Amino acid sequence: MAFFFEVLIGGLMAGVMYSLVALGFVLIFKASGVFNFAQGAMVLFAGLFFVGFMELGVPMLLALLLTIAVMVLLAGVIERLVLRHLVNQEGIILFMATIGVSFFLDGFGQTIWGSNVRQLDIGIPTDPIFLMDGDILIQSFDLWAALVAGTLLAALVVFQKTRIGRALRAVADDHQAAQSVGIPLNVIWIIVWAIAGLVALVAGVMWGSKLGVQPAIVSLALKALPVLILGGFTSIPGAIIGGLIIGAGEKLAEVYIGPLFGGGIENWFAYVLALGFLLIRPQGLFGEKIIERV
Amino acid sequence: MFYRESGQYKTSYRADQAIFTIPQDRVFFGLLMLAAFIGIPLVSTNYIYTALLIPFLCLSLAALGLNILTGYCGQLSLGTSAFMGVGAVAAWNVATRIPDLNILLVFALAGLVTAVVGMFFGLPSLRIKGFYLAVATLAAQFFLPWLFVKIGWFTNHAASGVITAPQITIFGWSVDTPMEKYLFALGVVTLLALAAKNLVRSNPGRQWMAIRDMDIAAEIIGIRPVVAKLTAFAVSSFYIGVAGALYLFVYLGSAEPDGFTITMSFQVLFMIIIGGLGSILGSFLGAFFILLVPIFLTRVPPMLGFDLSTAMISHMEFMVFGALIVIFLIVEPHGLARLWQIAKEKLRIWPFPY
Repeated sequence: MAFFFEVLIGGLMAGVMYSLVALGFVLIFKASGVFNFAQGAMVLFAGLFFVGFMELGVPMLLALLLTIAVMVLLAGVIERLVLRHLVNQEGIILFMATIGVSFFLDGFGQTIWGSNVRQLDIGIPTDPIFLMDGDILIQSFDLWAALVAGTLLAALVVFQKTRIGRALRAVADDHQAAQSVGIPLNVIWIIVWAIAGLVALVAGVMWGSKLGVQPAIVSLALKALPVLILGGFTSIPGAIIGGLIIGAGEKLAEVYIGPLFGGGIENWFAYVLALGFLLIRPQGLFGEKIIERV
Repeated sequence: MFYRESGQYKTSYRADQAIFTIPQDRVFFGLLMLAAFIGIPLVSTNYIYTALLIPFLCLSLAALGLNILTGYCGQLSLGTSAFMGVGAVAAWNVATRIPDLNILLVFALAGLVTAVVGMFFGLPSLRIKGFYLAVATLAAQFFLPWLFVKIGWFTNHAASGVITAPQITIFGWSVDTPMEKYLFALGVVTLLALAAKNLVRSNPGRQWMAIRDMDIAAEIIGIRPVVAKLTAFAVSSFYIGVAGALYLFVYLGSAEPDGFTITMSFQVLFMIIIGGLGSILGSFLGAFFILLVPIFLTRVPPMLGFDLSTAMISHMEFMVFGALIVIFLIVEPHGLARLWQIAKEKLRIWPFPY
């Protein structure tokens, strides 16, 4: 039983990391209807810049500020060069454009900083913690990650209540109506992408301190997609809970079902779970049901 | 001046429904085929065959398949490479388990197997669309290669997990040299491309395009989305499966089933975006272009005096592909095929612009 809980908690903690990436997806999708495939590349990009600045000897806080500046600048550039020209295009075209952005960022970040695995140490303790008389082992790092995700979630929820947050939700509801009451679309989009960039930075720092900053993060971040399917594309709590389910589900499946098939099912379990889920409840656990009429 | 259809009257339905209604186009296409079947074998070297032409033919067939699904029917797929893997593994299994079977039948069977698998993964498309479907196809991309590696039956319990394509023999002609392989692939691709061209001009193709343009409206004018979408998945997967079989038999020779990675899926997707969504010609132009970019990047900077490391070149490749995708989507969403169309229009009124 203790072993079960240990696996479960380990999975939930891994799920927190997926949630961090998924949050960025949801933010952009809610505010602009763009399904941002580049979120994973943004995580790597932010991580690379942060660790790169640190290695240049910049103090941590300054490096953080500089990376934030880079991500805000990136949001502006993406809006100016890509999104602005694709207004009113179909979602699928925008999606493919973000695949292009994803490839560009992936290559650009590595051209500047190289593709080696870089260790990132920001002083999060990594000692194991024992629960239930030492039966269950938890990494204290994972607890910190959960804490960070929780804080981020709380900040985002509070942000939704602010003036800009309300404007974001207005844009999400109806572009034209929002524009007609005087909400500047372009500015809103820059803000959304900048926030998604910051979420990516948080995710990049967390992933980076866990695994090292490396290009493989981009493909790991793809697992945020099944998380979204499960949680619903438009729901911030959905992103968190979806992440937890996927994280716990794939770890438990790997440990308990995996041996029947010779292991390695962790790589696809999330996707197949999402596939099954799509057939039953396409809008996800918390998503809005879309009813289409002519 | 040279490309003008004035005075060419179509007097029968046959003439009106021809693939190339203008004689100039027919002549051009005939010359192109002549060049491909006779001209290239006269001048080409083994390096050009193996580095450019054979992968070009295989991948353009895959791009053609994806274009049927994405360009014509509007269903995005990120699992192309996995389906190529299905085709390759199926063809290998058929060829090893039933020796002496005609290679064309082997390919057709491989295509059919892939079509069934593709239809299965296309089932969610009946309820969802757009990027939701993309995630469903990602499931195929990660699940299928794992399956081929883990279930020993697929690789005939080979210890190394590598499948090696048998010798191709067709009607007593054994395909050995790169030139023969090129000709064989060219024959298969030409046949399938002509079939696809006719398919998208006729009833199924029009149904797909109606679904793509507006699914609800298409349903109201009497098109059954279930049938249209699933046939698109089936036909597209058939093409991709045959492309995968060709890729293994003609280009790679031997492969690991999990070598069909997501990178290749994206590569094929880029081919159709750059070549032109919803265009048969575009699939070929896009495949050629995407294959030329890495060759260009490895060859040209050294000539200009820049000495780039291989890692740098591969990063540059990513950047160039990414930038090209965005540029094409913004500037010319219909891709190279549309540019070709514009060139023809210009040629028609040349030298007088009005």
